[in-house]
Amino acid sequence: MNMKTILASAALAMTAATGALAEKTKVGFVYVGPVGDGGWTYEHDQGRKAVVEAFGDKVETMYVENVPEGPDAERVMTDMALKGADLIFTTSFGYMDPTINVAAKFPNVKFEHATGYKQADNVSVYSARFYEGRAVQGHIAGQMTKSNIIGYIGSFPIPEVIRGINSAYIHAKAVNPDVQFKIVWAYTWFDPTKEADAAKVLIEQGADVVLQHTDSTAPQAAAQAAGNVITFGQASDMAAYGPMPRVSSIIDDWAPYYIARTKAVMDGTWTSTSTWDGIGAGMVGIGEISSAVPADIKASAEALRDSLADGSYHAFTGPLNKQDGSVWLAVGETASDYGDGGLAGMNFYLEGIEGDVPN
Amino acid sequence: MLRLEKRPNPSKTWAYMAPVLAVFATMIGGGIMFAVLGKDPFEAIRTIFYDPLFSEFAWYYRPQLLVKGAPLIMIAIGLSMGFRAGIWNIGAEGQYIIGAICGAGVALAVYPAQSAFIFPTMIFFGALGGFVWAMIPAILKTRFGTNEILVSLMLVYVAEQLLASMSLGLLKNPEGFGFPGSRNLQQYASAHNAELWTGTGIHMGVMFAFIAVIFAYVLLARHQMGFHIRLTGESPKAAKFAGVNPKRLVVYCLGFSGALAGLAGMFEVSGPSGQISIDFNVGYGFTAIIVAFLGRLHPIGILLAGLLMALTYIGGEIAQSSLGLPSAAIQAFQGMLLFFLLALDMLTNFKLKLASAGSHP
Repeated sequence: MNMKTILASAALAMTAATGALAEKTKVGFVYVGPVGDGGWTYEHDQGRKAVVEAFGDKVETMYVENVPEGPDAERVMTDMALKGADLIFTTSFGYMDPTINVAAKFPNVKFEHATGYKQADNVSVYSARFYEGRAVQGHIAGQMTKSNIIGYIGSFPIPEVIRGINSAYIHAKAVNPDVQFKIVWAYTWFDPTKEADAAKVLIEQGADVVLQHTDSTAPQAAAQAAGNVITFGQASDMAAYGPMPRVSSIIDDWAPYYIARTKAVMDGTWTSTSTWDGIGAGMVGIGEISSAVPADIKASAEALRDSLADGSYHAFTGPLNKQDGSVWLAVGETASDYGDGGLAGMNFYLEGIEGDVPN
Repeated sequence: MLRLEKRPNPSKTWAYMAPVLAVFATMIGGGIMFAVLGKDPFEAIRTIFYDPLFSEFAWYYRPQLLVKGAPLIMIAIGLSMGFRAGIWNIGAEGQYIIGAICGAGVALAVYPAQSAFIFPTMIFFGALGGFVWAMIPAILKTRFGTNEILVSLMLVYVAEQLLASMSLGLLKNPEGFGFPGSRNLQQYASAHNAELWTGTGIHMGVMFAFIAVIFAYVLLARHQMGFHIRLTGESPKAAKFAGVNPKRLVVYCLGFSGALAGLAGMFEVSGPSGQISIDFNVGYGFTAIIVAFLGRLHPIGILLAGLLMALTYIGGEIAQSSLGLPSAAIQAFQGMLLFFLLALDMLTNFKLKLASAGSHP
């Protein structure tokens, strides 16, 4: 072997080495809250860690937390794209327009926007059918309440949250006709102080079940302090508060989706898609129903969960009327996802819920 | 033992030195914190202060500094006028929101008409909105002697509720599938506060921020009103003898700062942000208070302080994504800056003296 071949093969080896480096897939995550919120952002970060675990050296992840929804988000995404990100997950509804803007500037970077509705050639959208979990919650809550008052902490009156309220309500009503919902709007996704205040107000008004669509564990702590009040973990299991007050939970499990999408980018098979998965696909999980719930209620709740999972039952099955008494779904009819009266844009309460959707 | 001795006159040298030293002290204090967190402190400090200005992608970050700094500078300039005269507008955040709502409201009211008059009208109503919102504490103070700190601060929360209501009701995008938030003004040519040079993101608001700096400088140096403001701050008694009308000064200072905050909100909503949404405001009105003091209430100082603040935000984000620093560490780092500034500020008015043995009581 002469000198020339050695050099040539060394050069080849180096090209191969740098090539391997460049092949490392970079995945960025933009978070609306802190990774330690114990709820929404925590679960997205668990998904990120699962990606690292699944692909090891072949992947490099980066994230920025507490990113306000607006121009700051746009800058953070641009920064990630400039640093060579191949795939960027933007994990809050308010990142929708910024994601579309940045995606237009970086056509070779793939974007995944959570809970939005605007797609592009390099922007996919994904969300989970949390309302399926709400159905199970309502089913348990309706039977557990003694005061027949169920408190509900809403974040923002957007379709996702309203769907949750409606789903929990009709399933609570089905097992307890006297049940009544009291809804407080916190206008935040994550603010332990405001969430604790909202929980206390609801408990003072006689609620012995508090459901939350906000991300911190503050309502759990407030319920624990009050004593005989039950709660459900939101976005994350919040198992630390079991068996009382937390009797079950809705768990967002993004890991399988994040791994699949990262894999698709690696394989070059990524295409723009719209994903809306529920219990069946594993994107929504029902946390362990605790010993505070009687065995028969637990069994029927699990049966409900399984029927939602295998598709034999739809959480919104007629007859269902809107709050004003007009017909929404006829007997046996199930709600469609999109279009007029579809679930995606749901902005009305169902019959029996008191109060108005804030306007 | 060290003791503090009041200086007969505030030290000019220290007034200028304090911010510079505070930045260095923050680098050291922050470096220690980053080291404790297990990150290379030199790399972290370099990422925050150097990378946005001189790294490979500095061409993107440099103009972004202006975009991020512009609303801070514009609001802080307005606030500094009142602060100099002892008039405390703490509610710039609210005036910023109302300016944005009014500016965007004008555009959305005439949508989809296209006309060259739309954007100037939005500028006018943006400023007017902020001005009117600031007039509430001004009139309550001059008429009934209420405290403008409390009233202006409380009005921030009122403005936030109004913002939420607008996003969910009156200004909601009719084509938004029921989701909150207005139409995106970036897709409405006549109302779009577009970037002036492609790829920079620099918009009309950045220009207005510079104009505000120059205007404030000239006003303070040359105009009688500027003289009255300075005089009232330095010696209220002398101001009285000089015939300064304190009520007019309250109205003037609050109105000026309100209008500038409103303008900042208008430029933000029609440009970088694009739409009225529940989370539109991100605290510029409060951060601007820090910027005003960091800049010694001086227009040029505020310009530099606004850019420095923007640098810590942008550098902080870069440090998060490339080094994995938690955002709480970045916030603590920014907090240190203010802490050291206040601590070192004391040296403007006090001297450190080494007390000789036995001389102290």
